[in-house]
Amino acid sequence: MTIGLSQYLIVAAILFTIGVLGIFVNRRNVIVILMSVELILLAVNINLVAFSVFLHDVVGQIFAMFVLTVAAAEAAVGLAILVTFFRWRGTIAVDDASVMKG
Amino acid sequence: MVLQAIAFYLLAATTVAAGLAVITARNPVHSVLFLITAFFSAAGLFVLMGAEFLAMILVVVYVGAVAVLFLFVVMMLDVDFVALREGFARYLPIGAAIAGVMTVEMIFVAVSVASTGAAAGSVGPAGNVGSVSNAEAIGRVLYTDYVYFFQAAGLVLLVAMIGAIVLTLKHREGVRRQDVSRQTARTTATGMRVVSIKSGEGIDE
Repeated sequence: MTIGLSQYLIVAAILFTIGVLGIFVNRRNVIVILMSVELILLAVNINLVAFSVFLHDVVGQIFAMFVLTVAAAEAAVGLAILVTFFRWRGTIAVDDASVMKG
Repeated sequence: MVLQAIAFYLLAATTVAAGLAVITARNPVHSVLFLITAFFSAAGLFVLMGAEFLAMILVVVYVGAVAVLFLFVVMMLDVDFVALREGFARYLPIGAAIAGVMTVEMIFVAVSVASTGAAAGSVGPAGNVGSVSNAEAIGRVLYTDYVYFFQAAGLVLLVAMIGAIVLTLKHREGVRRQDVSRQTARTTATGMRVVSIKSGEGIDE
């Protein structure tokens, strides 16, 4: 009944694919896509921490912290772009954002 | 050991179920709340692994900041979310097929890495019990070997903050703001006027 590295890696793998699936099925809704990206980054963090703990090397946790930092910055900038886009177009559907020229 | 296994399976099941609920919920507000649940139980998994510091960071940064930011944006935007859900059923079969293949592949890789890789035969969190706590161990490495990366992370956050403010700042017309330099530059000549009033008429401005 002991919990080894593989169990943590399997949880992270399932969470990662849930994030990818979320991008597939909600491909019109930017907010849910951003949340799926957060789920993917969470899965990556679980992987990093699991390897860090099982290899007895704390550097993995420091890397996970940097991933956390970048994820927070990404969420902030992504949501700011979303709010600006909504002000301009009045919608957040991904299909409407297919033209680059303002 | 049995208690630990029960806690692991409980937290793992909660994380996966909440992750599934995030992408299937009809209401984005519910999605955000399930995202908070997923992060909370993932923090529980981190505690179970002995990475308490990162678990607390996860709760503070994600539940305290990022999820609330998502909640603000979801509630602030007046969007018809039902229209955005069209195509959900259409993309579900192919998405589920690809996700299933990916999951199986990644589980095979994970199991083989865990059984034959560098971490094979590791005693796990039990081997980390030493004289220093988790936070102290992180601090000892973070502020010495990785201090430049630490500074760079701070810079990333600063740039993201400035970027978010610049993107969303809106200068509204017709709002009266305090102008300190104009206030202090006022003199008797600009701020005062002598008016002589005829008796019985008053001032008409």
